[in-house]
Amino acid sequence: MAVTGLLLIGFLLMHMFGNFKMLIPDDGKEFNEYSHWLREFGYPALPHKLFLWIFRIVLLSAAVLHIWSAAKLRLRANANAGGKRYRSQKFMEKSYAARTMIWGGILILLFVIIHILQYTAEVLRFGYDNPDRSLAPFDRVLAGFSEWWVVLFYAIAMVAVCMHVLHGFWSAFATLGANASAGARKVLKTLAWIAAALLYVGFMIPPVLILFGVIGR
Amino acid sequence: MTDNPQTEQQVLVEAEAETMIPETGSQDASAAQAPVSAADGYWIDGEDIADTKADLSQPIDKMWQHRQFSAALVNPANRRKLTVIIVGTGLAGGAAAATLGEAGYNVLNFCYQDSPRRAHSIAAQGGINAAKNYRNDGDSTFRLFYDTVKGGDYRARETNVYRLAEVSANIIDQCVAQGVPFAREYGGLLDTRSFGGVQVQRTFYARGQTGQQLLIGAYQALERQVAAGTVKMHTRHEMVELIVVDGRARGIVTRDMVTGKIQAHYADAVVLATGGYGNVFFLSTNAMGCNVTANWRAHRKGAYFGNPCYTQIHPTCIPVHGETQSKLTLMSESLRNDGRIWVPKNAEDCGKDPRQIPEEARDYYLERIYPAFGNLVPRDIASRQAKNMCDEGRGVGPAVTERDHDGNEREMRRGVYLDFADAIKRLGQKAVEAKYGNLFDMYQQITGENPYEVPMRIYPAVHYTMGGLWVDYDLQSSIPGLYVTGEANFSDHGANRLGASALMQGLADGYFVLPNTINDYLAAGPFEKVDDSHPASQEALTSVKSRIDKMLSINGTRTVDSIHKELGHIMWEYCGMERWEDGLKTAIERIRALREEFWTNVKVTGVNEDFNQALERAGRLADFLELGELMCIDALHRRESCGGHFRGESQTEEGEALRHDDEFLYVAAWEYGGDGAQPVLHKEPLVYKAIELKQRSYK
Amino acid sequence: MKVTLRIWRQANANSTGQLVTYPLDGVSEDMSFLEMLDMLNEILTERNEEPVAFDHDCREGICGMCGVVINGVAHGGQHTTTCQLHMRSFSDGAIIDIEPWKAGAFPVIKDLVVDRTAFDRIIQAGGYISANTGSAPDAHATPAPKREADIAFDNATCIGCGACVAACPNGSAMLFTSAKITHLAMLPQGQPERYSRVKSMVAQHDAEGFGGCTNIGECSQVCPKGIPLESISQLNRDLVKSLFKGDGKAS
Repeated sequence: MAVTGLLLIGFLLMHMFGNFKMLIPDDGKEFNEYSHWLREFGYPALPHKLFLWIFRIVLLSAAVLHIWSAAKLRLRANANAGGKRYRSQKFMEKSYAARTMIWGGILILLFVIIHILQYTAEVLRFGYDNPDRSLAPFDRVLAGFSEWWVVLFYAIAMVAVCMHVLHGFWSAFATLGANASAGARKVLKTLAWIAAALLYVGFMIPPVLILFGVIGR
Repeated sequence: MTDNPQTEQQVLVEAEAETMIPETGSQDASAAQAPVSAADGYWIDGEDIADTKADLSQPIDKMWQHRQFSAALVNPANRRKLTVIIVGTGLAGGAAAATLGEAGYNVLNFCYQDSPRRAHSIAAQGGINAAKNYRNDGDSTFRLFYDTVKGGDYRARETNVYRLAEVSANIIDQCVAQGVPFAREYGGLLDTRSFGGVQVQRTFYARGQTGQQLLIGAYQALERQVAAGTVKMHTRHEMVELIVVDGRARGIVTRDMVTGKIQAHYADAVVLATGGYGNVFFLSTNAMGCNVTANWRAHRKGAYFGNPCYTQIHPTCIPVHGETQSKLTLMSESLRNDGRIWVPKNAEDCGKDPRQIPEEARDYYLERIYPAFGNLVPRDIASRQAKNMCDEGRGVGPAVTERDHDGNEREMRRGVYLDFADAIKRLGQKAVEAKYGNLFDMYQQITGENPYEVPMRIYPAVHYTMGGLWVDYDLQSSIPGLYVTGEANFSDHGANRLGASALMQGLADGYFVLPNTINDYLAAGPFEKVDDSHPASQEALTSVKSRIDKMLSINGTRTVDSIHKELGHIMWEYCGMERWEDGLKTAIERIRALREEFWTNVKVTGVNEDFNQALERAGRLADFLELGELMCIDALHRRESCGGHFRGESQTEEGEALRHDDEFLYVAAWEYGGDGAQPVLHKEPLVYKAIELKQRSYK
Repeated sequence: MKVTLRIWRQANANSTGQLVTYPLDGVSEDMSFLEMLDMLNEILTERNEEPVAFDHDCREGICGMCGVVINGVAHGGQHTTTCQLHMRSFSDGAIIDIEPWKAGAFPVIKDLVVDRTAFDRIIQAGGYISANTGSAPDAHATPAPKREADIAFDNATCIGCGACVAACPNGSAMLFTSAKITHLAMLPQGQPERYSRVKSMVAQHDAEGFGGCTNIGECSQVCPKGIPLESISQLNRDLVKSLFKGDGKAS
């Protein structure tokens, strides 16, 4: 759980920095090249798209393992502490994010599916509806985020992602044994806040700028 | 005379009880003219007895070694064929069960709680004595022995106490090896502190939770044996009868407290490690479940009860708050290391905020009366002086309604200050917090007052019972095959126990003494198999069932607790910190009447075949009602003051306890006389060869 | 003061329970919470009703026998045990919900009483140092650094009450297990069995049906002895290290 979670957080950070290429005012050239590079990395030494697929497989297995562990944990928790336990359950720790990891996780899973359908598979074509033509990556993004409701949807979905990271980041390190003292706990929790905030702001900059027309052609 | 305020209900009940007392001459004050004797009909004089296991021809420091050598051994292969029942999982029981399990015996271990880790040894706070002399302050086995005998006011058996001092050092080694986290100094070595009644620093401690840490150590050793299969643990099982076959203790009857199942268990020997009987006073520092039933059932089957009247009233407890109080909370004696005890010099100041009372208007009475020991005098003395100060009208805290000796109602303040202002000034609040933090927190939680700012209020409360089943040097009772360890026996503390000695005794008995003496008895085993068909088992099982049926069928009007509270009130008033002949006679009459009321008018709800806490309490109270009478008879017959037993008639001009060694240098071992019959008094004369008898002085 | 109690009544493990309402008058604020229940039970007995069953023993916060969920918080949320909770923490007219620990591994025996023997079995799996009586070297043979000894002590103060399990949304007993692991791991005497201990205790913890730890922190918040979440991290560190140690002991 902890190891796969940290891998996924690492991916999110990479993804975010990749997105920042949209901020370069070159009509998406750099961004498109980056997308292309992802596919052709190592080519011609490696076959076409091999790196991308390895990357995808690693990510996918991390996600699957992560979900599998979560399900196992959840089943154990349900067996031991399931159902409505106390008439007026109160919590002493400020632990909303921690207690809702499973729901956050499910939301994120749904979101990721939609996200892939939209930007990778181009099944969902928000903002453009020509079924025959594939847009360049930069144009796909532009098209999607010029719709206000798409931006709103992403803004909400990212809240789920970042809450998940907020607890997940600290929790992963604690599980790996890094919570060695009260001081370490403070540091880890602060880092978790920073990571969550950074991801939210970082991921929301391009869509918002697109919506307000700062990025565009 | 009491800090135990009464409810209106109690007062009413007592008025009723009084009318029920039969007219007897014993209530007549003129009866006190001739010294009370067996002729008064309270008891029957029996033969003297003696301990035959310690070889008194040996020098005292060789005696234990000699006994270990002379005791028969059981070879490891034969141990597997022998079964030992141990009742209780505290320091004495848990340690013994673990050790006998390690040795390879089959151990059946019982406790009434849900886990062996709950035994009340866990609540001991201050520490454990050991003659390690790590401080280089002149300590030695002999000094620990001497201090303990003197602290017990020369009413303990010399040979047992010497052995206790001898094995004390091994206990610390054993506990450290088990991972007991004793307090340490920066060099990584063990820290010690001083305790009441001694002038050396020999008390090892783990903050204010020494008992907990020692018990957890024993518990872990015990669970290790449970995992190894040598110990079979029965939690939530209460022993309700002893099975004696052909004069030997061969088993017990238990009640499963969840299902109500009454069941017999058999073994080659039975060990009772069931603690003390302080709850006969209802309010005490004992856990709510502590009881005398196991011991009393054994007593009824022939085990002599030694010195039942020796009870320890601990000086530093949180005062009673009101009529619904269920138990009293101890503040560790270690607080007396740094806290100073005082009351106002003038009774008019008693209602004031203590911080407004100037230094010169305070009476640090222990420092004044006992300059050599100051606040660290033994417990019995500290308690009695606190009582004296309050009797003089100089007590502090809210006044509570109580009844005096003659039954008149009055309002008294029952409390004295235990002040840390000086210590906080000297050491700083941080250091005081490190030493006593958990105790201060507990005090604040219970009283709602902050002891860092306002002096604590304390008052004596029943804490420990030095009396218990009579045992010989091997810890074997007067029933062959029945062993008694820890607080449940009478052997080591005489008439008063020094602080930090109960943990020492419990673990000494459990780890080192019993496992080296019980083999002498078991070597003759395994004994003939016994099962439920044996007439002795039948009798035990039937009597248990009929007793329970009887209690459930009475369906009277009084709850178990209301009767228990009344018993406690009688005991505290007449058999508490100060005892008088006429009072004790009154108490005996009242207890008899109350027992009659219990068996005709108690209300126990529910059924046996269920988790039924009212039934559990009723069974325990029934035995307390018999024990209470024996305690009063013992206190009545011992017309001297010694340690915790203070007879008003026997005091020096300064009001100190006055012993009468010419008449009372013996252990009173009481034999059960039968239902409604007088108990038989057997005397075990105390022989002092290593120590010279002196009147105790802490001035 | 006057309070309204809503108490979980359940005849035994196989029956279903429910909250029953009992108004109670004449409660004094100096009473402990359990004394208040005593008072209710006296009244119930006089009315010929079955008193409420609840576990308790020392009533000074150290034996770990008592423990109920009060208004949705294990032990009532005052950083004490239930027995050390006093009625002055409640206001006049308060409605107080009283429920047992609820966890699959702690089946209800009756009313507010639960079976916590799973804890004993976790200790049996390795929560000890194997030192037979009589085999110990002198207590000063091995000095223990004060800092580690203090951490060991802090963890050894666990009273095994089970509040951590009752509060944990996963029903995990990791705080309990880790307190023992940390206590023994911090002492020189605990080193020889350190890694086999963590493996077998965690295995037993899981076998008992307790949930896994997701570092939520409710356990530590209700722990009357303040066992910190760091103890769980210590357990995790030792557990990871144990994967690289061949100790010859089955986990």
